[in-house]
Amino acid sequence: MLLSVLCSISFYFSFSNYTQKINGTTNTIEFIAIPGGQFNMGSPKNESNRKEDEGPQKTIEISPFWMSKYETTWDLYHLFMERKIDKIFQSGNYENEVSIEVDVVSRATTPYMEMSFGMGVEGYPAINMTHYAASKFCEWLSAITGNYYRLPTEAEWEYACRAGSQSAYSFGDNSSKLNEYAWYRNNSNGSYKKVGMKKPNPWGLYDMHGNVSEWTLDQYIFNGYEQRKNIVDPFLKASQTYPRTARGGSWKDTPSLLRSASRIASNSKWKKRDPQIPKSKWWHTNAPFIGFRIVRPLKTPSKDKQKMFWEK
Amino acid sequence: MRLQTNKNNDKNEFSRREFCKNTAVATGGILASSFPLKSMAHVQENKTLKLAVVGCGGRGSGAVVQALSADDNVELVAMADAFKDRIVSSLKGIQEHFSGIKKIHINEKNLYTGFNAYKKAIDKADVVILTTPPGFRPQHFEYAIANDKHVFMEKPLATDAPGIRSVLKTAKIADEKKLNVVVGLQRHYENKYIKIFDKVIKGEIGKIISGQVYWNDDGVWVKKRQSGQSELEYQMRNWYYFNWLCGDHILEQHIHNIDVANWFVGSYPVSAQGMGGRQIRNGIDHGQIFDHHFVEFTYGNGTVISSQCRHQPGTMARVDEVFQGTEGSVVLGKGEIKNLLGDITYSYPTNYWDSDNEPNPYQVEHDMLFQSIREGNVISNTEYGAKSTLTAIMGRMATYTGKIISWEQVLNSKQKLVPDNLDWDSTPPVLPNKKGEYEIPKPGVTIID
Repeated sequence: MLLSVLCSISFYFSFSNYTQKINGTTNTIEFIAIPGGQFNMGSPKNESNRKEDEGPQKTIEISPFWMSKYETTWDLYHLFMERKIDKIFQSGNYENEVSIEVDVVSRATTPYMEMSFGMGVEGYPAINMTHYAASKFCEWLSAITGNYYRLPTEAEWEYACRAGSQSAYSFGDNSSKLNEYAWYRNNSNGSYKKVGMKKPNPWGLYDMHGNVSEWTLDQYIFNGYEQRKNIVDPFLKASQTYPRTARGGSWKDTPSLLRSASRIASNSKWKKRDPQIPKSKWWHTNAPFIGFRIVRPLKTPSKDKQKMFWEK
Repeated sequence: MRLQTNKNNDKNEFSRREFCKNTAVATGGILASSFPLKSMAHVQENKTLKLAVVGCGGRGSGAVVQALSADDNVELVAMADAFKDRIVSSLKGIQEHFSGIKKIHINEKNLYTGFNAYKKAIDKADVVILTTPPGFRPQHFEYAIANDKHVFMEKPLATDAPGIRSVLKTAKIADEKKLNVVVGLQRHYENKYIKIFDKVIKGEIGKIISGQVYWNDDGVWVKKRQSGQSELEYQMRNWYYFNWLCGDHILEQHIHNIDVANWFVGSYPVSAQGMGGRQIRNGIDHGQIFDHHFVEFTYGNGTVISSQCRHQPGTMARVDEVFQGTEGSVVLGKGEIKNLLGDITYSYPTNYWDSDNEPNPYQVEHDMLFQSIREGNVISNTEYGAKSTLTAIMGRMATYTGKIISWEQVLNSKQKLVPDNLDWDSTPPVLPNKKGEYEIPKPGVTIID
């Protein structure tokens, strides 16, 4: 494994942490280079509070990618909601991985509710967006920066969360240490917190456990691991809106849902309070615990494949 | 204090006796005995209730889904909208919602378009949903009650004072006929608000002396002018930005929070003064309305409520109601009561986003409406709906004129925004200049009778 990582690094000489600028704003996004490698996805049968959907464990191979250091904040998400910077030339990008017209990226509708639910905006994680909306954020960011961004697959997310660990959490099995690393039910006082306030995981990623649960690309299937055949960069493309998989647990959850292997299935009830028909495809009204972070694969997929990851 | 609904049997008995007594006085006792004890609509417990919707936007379609979910024996029989395409997309959305659950079939002949479509749709129904832009609400409500229909109608209930006077008049007729009227001020049907109101009325924060109510957010959709559109069609499509249709956002959205203030204070303001304008949202497709209003509402007992509503992206977003009392304070958004030392004395245990445990107030509105119809009871939300609408109109008059506006002044205001007898050949009540701009109210200059 180490050898393959070294090979990757020597081959892709530019593979290191970087900061994505967004011209026309003072916002930036910090990315951590996640080396490729193998890991045991899922939890062992003897892990406490384990659920059946976390197994059977399988050894999975993951290609290198960058992952955002923090959960996507409202500061960034508002840029996507407002779309005022679409026409500003974004110079100084790495490569032209993506060439799509920003105009063709669908625009999010303005929500009828105040979507931060009074929990804070500047520096706080964006919440309540649908899986579709989070994907469109990625497409929009790709269009304006020229770099290819998407949501992480469920496997990439768990690999990055574990950061080489095999334990229930990236810092070990003892949930009493959770307070040092995560915002969750016992310490959140009923609200999300600014990103990056707790200790990062061994790879430098913040809030992988807790604060807000994070969208992944995959359809949620209870016994999905058992059915899985592909062990290299596995990804279960979603064919239905519900359920999709979210990871990491949130400010409202108990420690067991924050475990590296714990899986959260999205649900149509997350739009229960939306008084309109059809219900918004951009907003959940009952999910102030769902957010997302984004990744950029080292090997840029072909144009057709790029689109596939942004589709609903 | 007025009650949420008349679900409580004692209250119903009381209303009925009160009603009979009042009727007896008014009519010399002749009519009193001729009224049935139960609702005049004579609805039997198992009868199929026919439903019509007037105004097929996203909210109207949502209300249809809630009505059809509230009771097993409700049938959608007619739909009306100014535009055919709105009906088509509405019906599609409703059918998709129920796909695999039940079949929604409606006779093509019963889909009515145009300004007079409402009459034909209402004629076909027992229960009607009134969800057009609010400018049309008074005439639709009047027609529905004149024809003995139960009503669910969205807030606000009018855009001008003549409209509110009409609604209050119709409300009396609805009460006499014992028709159910539910108004879409859904905080009255939300557990958190009901529970906290109960605590406040029992004196947990003492007497309310001040408060702040907010609807600050990014604003709403815009429908750009399309080539080939008549001026009237453009305004109807982009209705949010025209006062005769919408009433400005202080009315269309912020009414929710102003209504909570009236509800918790227990009366309506005697005067209002405030300021407002349009600084950010002032483009060619933004019609006439302001993008911010700040109003002080003063009540008869000296209580002052500060109301702020703003549609400006990138500014502090908050939708909330907060009250200070002689013995504590309450924040409705958080569902939290504090004493004067700042200690939390009560915290609502769950929150409305908790989809597993909290009932959806939009659904509860319809559950209670249909239950009340089945049981022959009467829910009457119109008076507080109308008076809270009038409170918001009063706030708008204050920000547009920059003057102090009294309750009597707004109640008797002659400013009529909505024309009678509109058809597609009518000239809309406001017109743009050559540059496509509409007249914007100017504080200190604008005069409203």
